[in-house]
Amino acid sequence: MVGRAMTIRNRRVPHPGGDMECQMTDETDNRRRHFLGVATGVMGLVGVGAVAYPFLASWRPSARAMALGAPVEIDVSRLEVGGMLNVEWRGTPVWVLRRSPEMLETLSMPEVVNRLRDPESRQSDQPDYARNPHRSVREEYLVVVGSCTHLGCAPMQRFDVAPADLGPDWRGGFFCACHGSLFDLAARVYSGVPAPTNLVVPPYMFADDNTIVVGLDTEV
Amino acid sequence: MSATQPEVSRKLGAAGRLNEWINARFPLQKMLAEHVTEYYASKNLNFWYGFGVLSMFVLVIMIVSGIFLTMAYKPSATEAFASVEYIMRDVEYGWLIRYIHSTGASAFFIVVYLHMFRALLYGSYKKPRELVWILGMLIYLALMAEAFFGYMLPWGQMSYWGAQVIISLFGALPVIGEPLVTWIRGDFYISDITLNRFFALHVIALPLVLVFLVALHIIALHEVGSSNPDGVEIKEKKDANGVPLDGVAFHPYHTYKDVVYITIFLILFSLVVFFAPTAGGYFLETANFEPADPLVTPEAIHPVWYFTPFYAILRAVPDKLGGVILMGAAVMVLFFLPWLDRCKVKSIRYRGWQYKLALALFVVSFVVLGWLGLMPATGFYLILTQIFTIIYFAFFLFMPIYTRMEKTKPVPERVVYHA
Repeated sequence: MVGRAMTIRNRRVPHPGGDMECQMTDETDNRRRHFLGVATGVMGLVGVGAVAYPFLASWRPSARAMALGAPVEIDVSRLEVGGMLNVEWRGTPVWVLRRSPEMLETLSMPEVVNRLRDPESRQSDQPDYARNPHRSVREEYLVVVGSCTHLGCAPMQRFDVAPADLGPDWRGGFFCACHGSLFDLAARVYSGVPAPTNLVVPPYMFADDNTIVVGLDTEV
Repeated sequence: MSATQPEVSRKLGAAGRLNEWINARFPLQKMLAEHVTEYYASKNLNFWYGFGVLSMFVLVIMIVSGIFLTMAYKPSATEAFASVEYIMRDVEYGWLIRYIHSTGASAFFIVVYLHMFRALLYGSYKKPRELVWILGMLIYLALMAEAFFGYMLPWGQMSYWGAQVIISLFGALPVIGEPLVTWIRGDFYISDITLNRFFALHVIALPLVLVFLVALHIIALHEVGSSNPDGVEIKEKKDANGVPLDGVAFHPYHTYKDVVYITIFLILFSLVVFFAPTAGGYFLETANFEPADPLVTPEAIHPVWYFTPFYAILRAVPDKLGGVILMGAAVMVLFFLPWLDRCKVKSIRYRGWQYKLALALFVVSFVVLGWLGLMPATGFYLILTQIFTIIYFAFFLFMPIYTRMEKTKPVPERVVYHA
């Protein structure tokens, strides 16, 4: 113990009058005082930290929010070729695009591939089974979160080829009007636009030929 | 207490005795003297010095109108939009209280920006007022957060998507970005939970922070004394009683003048509240008259006008993290102003052409960036944005160089005042 030597001086000693009286000393044991001050401060901080944790943790998604984030099933039996479905999953739009063979051809065209920032999806967020040129489990169906990886706007469908505003090399894809980001038909981002990565592919699986389950996959 | 005191107090009236009773227990008179009746500010303060008082006045307007809005507003995703319409249509004078609050938000930034510009004109941030400036900047940060949370509450399309964009900014941080965004939202998207917590921050947490910071700002100011348009330290020349020769008491001299400023402000404020509460879509954006829809983004998302200069800087960089860092830097660099400016002369009246030119370019860049923040970030607009972003930062980055080169005029001994 720090300051043990000094405590002896402070012990109670019998007074000649018979009463017990504390014999005080005018000296201040600064080492002892400093130790007690630091010890109290440190314990206080530990207490503050322990109390702060539940308050900070209360900001995390609640049990209800977690439950509402459960997987959703999408019936694609009536989705025509070239058509797109927009489904809500965890409050964000999930797109299911049924790509035509012509659309799939654009994914390997040099005027598209050469302008992509991350054509092989190395820096992008997707499950391993979607890390391929078409970014999907089955070539035909593209499943992506329809929220721009820049700042979360919803990009628009621009499946028209070579429109005036997007230039003669445009082979169809998605255009984010908020800040001008461009994506091809596999939702791969163009270089020179604000969005840093390809659109996110959520975890999903085919429950059967015509049913996609978003938020659940066989790897989980 | 002297023995004669009870006799003296017997001669006082009831009010006088109450006054004495209070001051024996609470330093009321002492505080009033220190901050009001015996706080001496320079006699030559011009209208630029009215925006500090106006900022406080708008703060009071916002707190009072806000308290009354809280009584009818419902912070829930299903009810928020409808409850704002309920305030507008069914609550007696609800429209007036809400328009006062919404106009007050823009008015707050107008007076605060002019207040800050005053500091740039007359070097109010310079020694010994660095802490006054820093506390003021903290108020500005708190005010930006307060405005952001408040803008979300009507739960319109622009509320929703504006919040989406701003919260996503934190997602640009490496590694902790995404978990941090989820933690802020409390959900996997901006939901009822997010709205509810932002409401709490808007009505309790940040107002408390703001009021506390304003108190510190004023205590610091009264310690060092107000600056003046000549940049002369009036405390250096005092009369026999220790009163600065060029100073006049805050009350009644400055308070009466401030009443005129408040009157002019209220005339302009009322014109907006009663005749143009949306201010052509600048104070209340058109897209916000549609309820929030997480699945449909409005065609163009931009924040309210007071954030657009920084928003433009965010978009100037075609890189997410880079844009976020640059936008943050655009605000934070202001904190360093007292140390970036190497010129000893405070007031623009006696400074060289270098600072005058730099300040003019800075103001132009701030205004043009504000306009560009409302425009699409493509083509010509993007190039313009990048040019003016460079000018904005050049003002600060080259400040230590050009302020050292200034040929200043001689600063007078006493303030210049033509009665």
